[in-house]
Formats: sequence, structure tokens, C-alpha cells
Amino acid sequence: MEKTWNNKAWFLVLPVLVLVAFSAVIPLMTVVNYSVQDTFGNNVFFWAGTEWFEELLHSDRFWEAMLRNLVFSFIILAIEVPLGIFIALNMPKKGWAVPVCLVLMALPLLIPWNVVGTIWQVFGRNDIGLFGYYVNALGINYNYVQDPIDAWVTVIIMDVWHWTSLVVLLCYAGLVSIPDAFYQAAKIDGASRWAVFRYIQLPKMQRVLLIAVLLRFMDSFMIYTEPFVVTGGGPGNSTTFLSIDLVKTALGQFDLGPAAAMSLVYFLIILLLSWVFYTVMTNYDAER
Amino acid sequence: MGGANERATRQDRSGTTVSDGLASTMSQDEVARLMRRRGEESRWWWIVPTVYIVVLLLPIYWLINMSFKTNSEIVSSLTLYPHAPTIGNYVTIFTDPSWYKGYINSIIYVVMNTVISIAVALPAAYAFSRYRFLGDKHLFFWLLTNRMAPPAVFALPFFQLYSAFGLIDTHIAVALAHCLFNVPLAVWILEGFMSGVPKEIDETAYIDGYSFPRFFLRIFMPLIASGIGVACFFCFMFSWVELLIARTLTTTAAKPIAAIMTRTVSASGLDWGVLAAAGVLTILPGALVIWFVRNYIAKGFALGRV
Repeated sequence: MEKTWNNKAWFLVLPVLVLVAFSAVIPLMTVVNYSVQDTFGNNVFFWAGTEWFEELLHSDRFWEAMLRNLVFSFIILAIEVPLGIFIALNMPKKGWAVPVCLVLMALPLLIPWNVVGTIWQVFGRNDIGLFGYYVNALGINYNYVQDPIDAWVTVIIMDVWHWTSLVVLLCYAGLVSIPDAFYQAAKIDGASRWAVFRYIQLPKMQRVLLIAVLLRFMDSFMIYTEPFVVTGGGPGNSTTFLSIDLVKTALGQFDLGPAAAMSLVYFLIILLLSWVFYTVMTNYDAER
Repeated sequence: MGGANERATRQDRSGTTVSDGLASTMSQDEVARLMRRRGEESRWWWIVPTVYIVVLLLPIYWLINMSFKTNSEIVSSLTLYPHAPTIGNYVTIFTDPSWYKGYINSIIYVVMNTVISIAVALPAAYAFSRYRFLGDKHLFFWLLTNRMAPPAVFALPFFQLYSAFGLIDTHIAVALAHCLFNVPLAVWILEGFMSGVPKEIDETAYIDGYSFPRFFLRIFMPLIASGIGVACFFCFMFSWVELLIARTLTTTAAKPIAAIMTRTVSASGLDWGVLAAAGVLTILPGALVIWFVRNYIAKGFALGRV
């Protein structure tokens, strides 16, 4: 659509600007403020320069949490994206089954995140949980409270259960936009199932897949509530992701300086990734 | 009938022409039969979705199952369905104010947040979908970054900001804090829907002598009613599922149900039945309203960009 140049449109954006500035810019300023100061309590602050940032960048704890978070994000992407595509390809295309499938599949997305945690906390227990009980009954020793690997498995299965539907919904939206004529042409050419997927369906899903991958990456990169409820970051520190570590430092220990420095580094990473996302998106839109 | 026969032959002939052109010997009937055999319309299409849905529903079933059991049944043995079904757990929640007030608190701040988000997002989305103005792209990007911002980063500064205004433990504090990610989301979704409305409608209305507010309320808003519904749903949902910020900003008077649940887990760790019942009740609102927006779910999750 051709848009008119009109700077008066600023008045329409003003409410959003004021509101988001209040809830985003002011808090961020506080964070910047704390990140360069030190305190001995009583609200007396003095300049600390880049001390906190240096400390942070040399702290093993921060890098370990970062590494854990990146590994987690890549694992869930590697499972959720192919699985989501596979399920979307097998979804019904028309009839009564479509809305039923959509609604049932979207159900996990609408559950409060701590309830998702609670569900899996119970479901995975080997005394009262269906999953834990039967996995143990199969002769596999599974206990997510004590074994770090089991804790990881639980958190990953939980995230796959929680968010694969998002990938399915987005891919499905991409798939239904493909006209029937494309498939007919492919069949006449004698294209194999794989060729249909590779040259018709995948290109049509590209845009939604991009959104799905980036949303899933961002959200798993800042995951907090679900693993916190299930494992509390343990056993040991094995499932302490960036957000959990940050909340421990900021609200648990009230170490304002280090927490603020960490927040800023964390936020800058997110900002960079959002920028990549936005640039890729707008370029993609411009090409079409 | 001669006519029908004639049509059939003509179709056959045209089918042959097409396949000849593509150096293939299939007729259209054969193509159609092949398509039916391959994938889409086979008799077994339902297996994958059904298996997936069953896997999704199992943990939820387990929660519902537990909510109808007594604590002694839950702890003593693993039963696949409640052998002595009880609604005692639900009765506890609906009669104990410390439980049901949590739901009321959650609903109050979620509704406040939805109203505020939509009210400010509507004009902004209109501006983004219709006009170019100084810094529009940067502003749009900045909004996106707020949707991507980790709540953990904002928990502490929010606490201090709202303390300074004396708003801690009020519903409006949580409602305003959740605007951080809901306003950008609402703007993106609404912008997507508004861009689907042809601009000629605006111009015709202005020529007919409509003022901007009157045009917006009388003509434009009914046109994007479904978009507003979807945006409302997503604001409602994301505010409903968020816990970290809501928990940080409240202590007692405005404590959301989600936070009350975590407290119960850590305090006793025993009352599984009530915990499960409370969990089931938090799933209900989403499950009830999702039917109305089923065709737009993907669009909402994709920030209005499908």
C-alpha cells in the first residue's frame, strides 16, 4: 500500500510512546545507573566505572549460564522446528478436523508458564507422575531431582511439549496459502514427495519459519518460569539459565551492581538479535 | 445424455493436450487419483495429528485426573483415573478467599492491561499502517525490541520504579508493567489487520465529510473488529501466562493466582490435589476463548505477520 508522508501521525503514536517509555526506558535507565555504581547500603552510591562489567566478563558463572542457555536453545530448535514442520505437513487441509486440531494443539500455549512447570513437575515424578513412573517401570533410572541429565531431559521435553505447537501453527498458516494448482503441476511433472516439499512447500513456508525460529530462539533464550518451577535451577547449577541466574543475583541477593551489568549485557545481546531479525524480515518483505 | 457425453469427451481431449504439452501420458483423472493416493487425502491422514494431540493432552489429563483425587489417593498409589472422585479440591478453592482472590486479582490486572494496551495501540497501529513519518521504522523496531526484552531484566527496576510511585501491590502496577510486551504485540497485530483494509475507504469517508475520530469509531473499527478481537485475546493471554513480573510487583492485596500456587508448593509440598485443581482452573479461561479466534491463532503468534 502506498503510504502518505504525514508527520502529524506522530500524535497517534504518542500514547504508545509515552506508555512504553514509562515501562521500558525509565527502568532501563535505572539499570544503567546501577551498573556503574557501587553501594554499601543506605542508598549511598559511588562511582564504580566499568568494574562490574569487567567482573562479569571474567566470571565463570556468567559464561556457564550463557553456554547452558545457548545449548538449550539450539537443542529445542533442532527438535521443535523439524517436528513442527512434519506435523504441519500432516495436518488436515479442510473439513471439521481443522478447527479441532488447531484448538487442541494451541492448548499448551495458553497455560500459564508456572502451571506448565507444575504440570511437568508432577508428571515427571517417579512416585506420582505418569511419565516418571512408567519410564522407571521400563527399567530406565530416571529422577530429575537428582540427576542433571534427567533434569535436562525433563526441561527439554517440557519445552518441546509447550512450544512445538507454535511452529506447527505458523507452518500450517504458510502451507494453506499454497494454491492447489502448484500441487497439480508437480504431480503432472511426476515430482516426488521430497521434491514437492523441497521446491514448493519449503519456499512457501520460509517466511513463517523465519518468524518461528526467531521467536523460539528469543523466548528460549529468556526462559525463566518453567525450568525454575520444575528444577529451581538444579540439581546444583545444571539448569540455571541466564534469566534464572539474573533473578537470583538481583532479587535473591540484591547485588544491584553485578545484576545491572548482567542485565545490560543480556539486553544488548537480545537487542542485537532483534535487529538481525528485523533487518532480515524487512528485506524479505521488500523482495516480494 | 448426449450433452454430458460431449462434455466428458471435450474434457478428456483437453486433458490429453495438457499432458502432451508436458510430455507425460497421464490424464487428469489419473492425476487426481495419484494425488489422492499420495498423502493429503489418504485414509491415514489422521494418525500424525492424533498421536501428537494425545501426547499434548496426556500431561493435561494427568493434572485434571489429580484434581479430582483425594490427597491420600494421589500419594498412596498411581491410579490412571480417580477411583474415588471428589470435588473437594475445587470446593477448597472456591470457599477459601486466599485462593479465589488470586483469580480475581489476576482477572482484574489482565483486563486492565488488555483495555490499556488496545486503547493506545489502535491509533498507533493506524498511523503505522497508513502514514510514513519521521522515524517510523526506528519506532517500529524499538517496539519489537520490547516484545523481545527478557522480563528478568525488568523485574528489579520495575520493583523500584513502582515503589517510587507507591504502586507496589496494586493491580494497575502489574497492568502497566505488562504493557511492556503487550502494547508492541497489539500494535503489530492490529497493523497487520489494518493494512488489509483498502485505503480508498478512508479517503471516501473523508470526502463524505467524516471527521477522523468519527470515521475511526463508526467505520474503521467495525471493519477491523476481528483484528481487535484477536489483539484482545493475545493481550489477555500473554498477561495471563506471565508470572515473574506479576509476582515481583505484588505482595498480598493484588497477588495473582500463579504466585499463590508457587507459594503453596514451597510451603507444604503436600496439597497436590488443590494445587492440581488450581492449575486446571488457570487453563480454563484460555481454553474457553480460543475457539473464537481459532482462525487467527497463527497470525497472532506471528506478531500479525502471516
